[in-house]
Amino acid sequence: MSTTLQTLWDLIVGPFAEFAFMRRALVATLTLAISAAPLGVFLTLRRMSLLGDALSHAVLPGVAVGFMLAGLSLPAMALGGVAAGLLVAAIAGVISRATTLKEDASLAAMYLLALAVGVTLISRQGSQLDLLHILFGSALGVDAPGLLLVAGVASVSVILLAALYRGLVLETFDPVFLAAAAGRSWNRGWVWQQVFLMLVVVNLVAGFQTLGTLMAVGLMMLPAVSARLWHDSLAAQLLNASAQAAVAGVAGLLLSYHLDTPSGPTIIGCAGVLYLVSLLVSPGGWLPQILKRPHRVG
Amino acid sequence: MKRNTLKRIALSALVASGLFSTQAKAAEPLPVVASFSILGDLVKVVGGERVAVTTLAGPDADAHEFTPSPAHARTVLSAKLFVVNGLSFEPWAQKLAKSAGYKGETVVASKGVKPRQMAAEAGHAHAETDPHAWQNPLNVVQYMNNIAAGLAKVDPSGAAIYQTNAEAYAQQLKDFDAQAKAQFDAIAPTKRKVITSHDAFGYLAARYGITMLAPEGVNTDSEPSAKHVAQLIRQIKREKIKAVFVENMSNPKLIAQLSKDAGVSVDATLYSDALSKASGPAPTYMKMMNHNLAQLVAGMQQN
Repeated sequence: MSTTLQTLWDLIVGPFAEFAFMRRALVATLTLAISAAPLGVFLTLRRMSLLGDALSHAVLPGVAVGFMLAGLSLPAMALGGVAAGLLVAAIAGVISRATTLKEDASLAAMYLLALAVGVTLISRQGSQLDLLHILFGSALGVDAPGLLLVAGVASVSVILLAALYRGLVLETFDPVFLAAAAGRSWNRGWVWQQVFLMLVVVNLVAGFQTLGTLMAVGLMMLPAVSARLWHDSLAAQLLNASAQAAVAGVAGLLLSYHLDTPSGPTIIGCAGVLYLVSLLVSPGGWLPQILKRPHRVG
Repeated sequence: MKRNTLKRIALSALVASGLFSTQAKAAEPLPVVASFSILGDLVKVVGGERVAVTTLAGPDADAHEFTPSPAHARTVLSAKLFVVNGLSFEPWAQKLAKSAGYKGETVVASKGVKPRQMAAEAGHAHAETDPHAWQNPLNVVQYMNNIAAGLAKVDPSGAAIYQTNAEAYAQQLKDFDAQAKAQFDAIAPTKRKVITSHDAFGYLAARYGITMLAPEGVNTDSEPSAKHVAQLIRQIKREKIKAVFVENMSNPKLIAQLSKDAGVSVDATLYSDALSKASGPAPTYMKMMNHNLAQLVAGMQQN
């Protein structure tokens, strides 16, 4: 009995106990699970599931400007990336409020423009460095500043999300009501939307730099999407998404350690397995739907 | 008699026109395009003042992930000779030449070099050919011959000069090789171990009996596994390796973090796929090799 426990301990706790890089990867992943996954739920509710992917390109012009001003300095490039991401999200938000375009459509237009500007800026520099490749991190290369960045962003965004929760829910589900209640179209709903988008941008950019694009977007969206299959209530969905992201993070890191697979894709793969299971057996999934059907017909 | 005069006139006219054409060529250097900075430098050495070399992927640029622009296509089109490395180092180069409609001569500089296979590691299901053949100076002797032959083909009148330049440089390469061999041999084989951020020094390592450990695969875009990184840290600690290097164009975060975990500090930058700018420590191939040699030897002496 004790040997089994010992083996389990070695398998699950051993890697984290022996290696600092495993501990840092774990903390960064869990932090992202707490702050990014709930934001992902709101994104899916707003039908903006692809925002993360768009933003990973939208940061390019800012990164390029940072590079042009300060050379190959990671903080300058990171700062530029955040600025560009915020600007793209803000302008897209303004456009969707002021015109008949939906949020996703205006965002798609804006990120493509940003990408074009970014590529142009970089080629004007003459250098053909893959700036994003240099700036974006990987799960195993998390350093102390990166950890602080993710943790700081997560703390701020969890608190802000809690403060904004009511307004954001109302704004997400019934923006027309909110606007009518306030009597104007440029009301507090607009503020909520903007702050929410800022949170998403800052979370994503911090995630890109510390863990890479796949990890940042994957941990934000996959658990959020599969959490929606399990619950009707929003609060339960938020908790479920965070929990799934955390489970995927721990399992992925351990699998990457024991099976010798690349860590980022393994973590996202684990989130994918959870998604697949959710698709099959969750209340909103495929099997319950089939089992229910005879009742409906009858 | 009359026929003889005619013959003479024709002959002198021929000589005159021949002279004239060589003069015209000497005044206007032969336009040559090289795919990346190191090749550009080698072509300059062989061609001297007879050629004007343009480099597509310039100093500090990652030739693995280079994206050519229309201007690059125009540059290739205006060239009389296009020099590429081959061994799948720059897959974009052939595409560029094809899409630009380049009809001129192409030299594959690594032709005739014995390719090295990358060890099939985790994450790399199959063994890949290592394209970084120039990291062994003796391979570059072959590069010089190929470049000289290519230049002679488009500019036959300069063939002798190209040959002489290539041979003179080949002697320098052999001298460097002897010097490097002597310096590395002076270090015990168990201490000839080095950590780098990207697996580009296979030919160098094979030539001088160095063990290179890298957390990433041969291409700059692969991602390591946790197991691989863990094994590296264990190995660094067990074998007390102190020589850790980063490379001029990749993200230093992982290697910096890894060496910190293992309790060693990062020594210096090595140049593998691209030269530095003129102000840097490796603006030419020879300076790059000398820089790398000095850094590697200094690092290994701490082991």
